[in-house]
Amino acid sequence: MLAKRIIPCLDVSAGRVVKGVNFVELRDAGDPVEVARRYDEQGADEITFLDITASSDDRDIILHVVEQVAEQVFIPLTVGGGVRTVADVRRLLNAGADKVSINTAAVDNPEIVAEASSKVGSQCIVVAIDAKQTAPGKWEVFTHGGRRNTGIDAVEWAQRVAYLGAGELLLTSMDRDGTKNGFDLGLTRAISDAVRIPIIASGGVGTLEHLAAGVTEGRADAVLAASIFHFGQHTVHEAKTFMRARGIEVRL
Amino acid sequence: MIDVAVIDYGMGNLRSVEKAIEHVAGGARVAVTDDPSVVADARRVVFPGQGAMPDCMAQLDDRGLREAVLKAAASKPFLGICIGQQMLFDLSEEGNIPCLKIFPGHVRRFPEAQMVAADGVRLKVPHMGWNEVWHHGDHPLWAGIPDGDRFYFVHSYFVDPVDTAVCAAHTDYGLRFTSAVARDNIFAVQFHPEKSARAGLQLLTNFIAWTP
Repeated sequence: MLAKRIIPCLDVSAGRVVKGVNFVELRDAGDPVEVARRYDEQGADEITFLDITASSDDRDIILHVVEQVAEQVFIPLTVGGGVRTVADVRRLLNAGADKVSINTAAVDNPEIVAEASSKVGSQCIVVAIDAKQTAPGKWEVFTHGGRRNTGIDAVEWAQRVAYLGAGELLLTSMDRDGTKNGFDLGLTRAISDAVRIPIIASGGVGTLEHLAAGVTEGRADAVLAASIFHFGQHTVHEAKTFMRARGIEVRL
Repeated sequence: MIDVAVIDYGMGNLRSVEKAIEHVAGGARVAVTDDPSVVADARRVVFPGQGAMPDCMAQLDDRGLREAVLKAAASKPFLGICIGQQMLFDLSEEGNIPCLKIFPGHVRRFPEAQMVAADGVRLKVPHMGWNEVWHHGDHPLWAGIPDGDRFYFVHSYFVDPVDTAVCAAHTDYGLRFTSAVARDNIFAVQFHPEKSARAGLQLLTNFIAWTP
């Protein structure tokens, strides 16, 4: 049986892993190669890098990071953050990324999803959706770290980008991100049931129970978390052992 | 002489395949190449692939690599990966494209009607992630890899060989499909050993040491 995936997410700024709470008080948390290797050893199924480099002068540094990690860590690597064009997608894939995640650029111009997936294959294109609840049972797509409402219905948007050629969706609840209160399971399930491509649930993980619920109640195909792994609260292996005990198929 | 030629027909990035082989092969000379003469001279050949089948077959012919692939598949240790496995068959349902006809059989899409898990939840296509690979027989490329170990898959089509004796492994996803084939000097897999952590690196190590 196909295993549910656990994906640690690393925020990278100017070539270093950083960690902080809600992007405040970012602290240096090490060399991306070392951190990625550690997660690989713990049994991570994939690793996601989110490039949060503020200065445009430093944006190409992520390419070197991806190159170095891809030479030493042999599990799938997804890279997102600031991807604007198909040329950006190509550069990241050529550096060694297996998938590239597109967020705001897809909202600004949905055709980039079709263009990118037809050029490099759907399997390489992840569309990241940041959603907030606006009414009971209704979520809308936000950009700019949750500050700007696009007015687009999140479920319809998921269906549209799937139709355009996204191979996978990275779904983040902006209501839950950083709260440690768990995934927005209603949102996760609504999107997972609405499309036929895999869904990665993100935003709000504070406990191992939250990871399990993302799969069992949210019907996510993969779960992504940052802080519970970064701050040494749990290892990926512990997370998988916990999920297996809940009857979830994992790679151990 | 090159030890391992990774055939590059212009479909996507082969860096991970190259790096994974270099990682396990010590000082072996690994070349990513679209030069038929380099493929002809190499001791071993890896035939990877990603993307859409019609583009893959067209690119292979545009670059004049078809003959080199057929000769390598007939003569030296040969490892097909993902689309590189599918291309060895007669025909792909993806675009109804005739392929290299090294193995009789078709490449089929996961049938919508069967994409339902035991608990009734719909299975997603592409089949993406880590799934169990169950060996058929003892092949040298399975050495040191536990039966049922997980490898990383990402695909919507799978091979359906006419001759079931070439099936080297199966995997279950909605239905039971052939996830590896083997015959003489050819071994080909649907999953990505270069992205399959320890199990994948072990398979590549076995390929480098394989003397069929």
